[in-house]
Amino acid sequence: MLASAALLLAGCGPADDTPVLTWYTNPDDGGQAELAQQCTEQAGGAYRIETSVLPNDAASQREQLTRRLAAGDTSMDIMSLDPPFIPELAEPGFLALPPQDVVEATTQDTLEGALAGATWKDTLVAVPFWANTQLLWYRKSVAEEAGLDMDKPVTWDQLIEVARDQGKDLGVQGARAESMTVWLNALVESAGGQILENPEAPADQVQTGLDTDAGRKAAEIVSTIGQEGLGGPGLATQQENEAMLLFQGDNGSFMVNWPFVWPATNAAVEDGVLPEDLPEDIGWTLYPRVSEDTEPAPPLGGINLGVGAASEHQDLAWDAIQCIVSPEHQTQYFVTNGNPPASASAFDDPSVREQFPMAPAIRDSLDLAVPRPQTPYYNEVSTAIQQRFTPPVDVDPATTPAQTGRFIQEVLRGESLL
Amino acid sequence: MSSVPTNVPSVAPDVGPDVTPDAARDRGAGRGRRRELQAAPKSARTKAEARLGWWLAGPAFVIMVAVIFYPVLQALWDSLFSYRLTAPDEREFIGLQNYATILTDGVFWSALGVTALITVITVFVELILGFILAMVMHKAIKSTRGLVRTVILVPYGIITVVSAFAWYYMFSIDSGYVNNWLSWVPGFDDQLNWFAQGGTALFVIMFSEIWKTTPFISLLLLAGLAQVPEDLSEAAAVDGANWWQRLWRVILPNMKAAIMVAVLFRALDAFRVFDSIFIMTNGAYGTEVLSLLAYRTSIGRLEIGLGSAISVVLFLLVGLIALIAVKGFNVDLAGGRGGRK
Repeated sequence: MLASAALLLAGCGPADDTPVLTWYTNPDDGGQAELAQQCTEQAGGAYRIETSVLPNDAASQREQLTRRLAAGDTSMDIMSLDPPFIPELAEPGFLALPPQDVVEATTQDTLEGALAGATWKDTLVAVPFWANTQLLWYRKSVAEEAGLDMDKPVTWDQLIEVARDQGKDLGVQGARAESMTVWLNALVESAGGQILENPEAPADQVQTGLDTDAGRKAAEIVSTIGQEGLGGPGLATQQENEAMLLFQGDNGSFMVNWPFVWPATNAAVEDGVLPEDLPEDIGWTLYPRVSEDTEPAPPLGGINLGVGAASEHQDLAWDAIQCIVSPEHQTQYFVTNGNPPASASAFDDPSVREQFPMAPAIRDSLDLAVPRPQTPYYNEVSTAIQQRFTPPVDVDPATTPAQTGRFIQEVLRGESLL
Repeated sequence: MSSVPTNVPSVAPDVGPDVTPDAARDRGAGRGRRRELQAAPKSARTKAEARLGWWLAGPAFVIMVAVIFYPVLQALWDSLFSYRLTAPDEREFIGLQNYATILTDGVFWSALGVTALITVITVFVELILGFILAMVMHKAIKSTRGLVRTVILVPYGIITVVSAFAWYYMFSIDSGYVNNWLSWVPGFDDQLNWFAQGGTALFVIMFSEIWKTTPFISLLLLAGLAQVPEDLSEAAAVDGANWWQRLWRVILPNMKAAIMVAVLFRALDAFRVFDSIFIMTNGAYGTEVLSLLAYRTSIGRLEIGLGSAISVVLFLLVGLIALIAVKGFNVDLAGGRGGRK
């Protein structure tokens, strides 16, 4: 008697045949679990969403998702997907395509960049949930001393000059990690080029666009910062977090980074780790340009929601996704977890402006944001770039781009190890 | 098994000059007894015991075969294909092509070089440090023995990933304190980024490996040391052998098996080093090793064929090390006990 009561209390009672949807989430501040709960309640018993947390970094998330999908795991109902890895999953048909009505309902006001990141071969293969982009963060005192008008577009050459003149450090990411590809792609695209000319081609026909003026200009920026030591002493192992620490320090000047740095800096100030007047000295604007007369091409990140082709509850999963990505939920997720919405109207909520004064800049940046090369072989392309463009001090604008291009092609043809 | 030894020796032929006659007789007698046992015709009881042995060990043996040999054979088979997990339809038999790709690629040879370097240096240093620690543990007076052993063994009890993170944060340029501590050393640049170039990064990696696994080797050596009878050393001392001679002529030869086991285990472990490098540099800047290369190829790139081929090569190299170690030390492990009774 007691035992059966305990069982019921523990939720192990009989007669609960509500379909369970598993949502594989990337680690966050609990926002996705919260949304899962809210949508479960809204569904009124049609389904129940349970979250399952993926590993910390994007590469490990991809490893787990890909292997589960390749093995035909039927529990892959909803997945939080990092945009660069979507082609790899879409090409072999691991992802179920969203029905037309879901596409229409969820992408009415989705920002351009976010939409591009969820598309493979002109078809939307996942639903944008939140979108990320990098801004140029600057110390107002440094910009003022240099006489830079930060309301006008800023170029990399200007930043390099200021850092050189004032002996300050630039917060860039020179570690052998994904952040290097993020940076290089933004540079090449802003210079008017592309890392891959035909990203949709089969592995043995991919042509790289690094051995071009755009590629060489991008390499020149990386190499100058590396060789002149403008990225700080830790440049060769510096990812986003390390760059933020550098920027917060006495030698901080400019930094390209995701918006997470704002809540992180404020939290550190509240904890008394950083001086109280630091946030007042921090400004933000659009990502720097490579040359004055070309648009910047800010990096694109974020999460799109996909449904596994082997999922047994695809219709319910699409219903749940529609609930999860509603503009109200995107606003809520931004305010509570700091991850910017993919939907334009979600930026209009007053609570957004209060928490994130840089929200308008993020919105503008998302319209300009350019995805990294959308190829099923993204992992190879990115790893090859990381191996050749790090440490930045060893980058030679004359030879590195061409060598990297050849290396990528050799790897894709299976002639070289990576 | 089948050949009956006709020359059961009464005195062991390979007894060193420093061993007392007593011990030599002891040893020879031991051998003789063992051979006699083997030579005797099998009684019904021996047969029954052997059968019982198979019944007892059989299930475990079958499971071992299933969990060890099946994946090994599968990897061997997969390594003959061009096979990417995300393109199962394009799987194609290419014979030994993957091996040709690997063996003609500089990436493989540099990873092999780094792996060999780490193995040789760490095992060598660990063996010396481990022996010193084993002596300390052996000689420690009874009341402190437990404490000394515990203190020495602590690093080995720490999970490798945790220790790798600890060492990483110690040396990292933004949160580490090592640069700060060393800033008084003349000629030391306190802006040194330890993980930005191969030399310094490998130094930290090897340092952490040595710190972490020396206790293991010292424990194995301690076991060997405990088996060397005190009376041998005492007798040698009476004969006028100094400390150094006793160490080289009496103690070390008598713990050959323990040393071999220690070297073999550590060499195989060191050759498969993964965790520390994965955490600290992820193979960047000339710190890539074979197991990391295999991981990145099979798991990261999802190239099952190429990755399996690397794993097979790694497996063969590990087998080679084991073979060399066993042959080199010339010890019959099945006999156990390092040639002594």
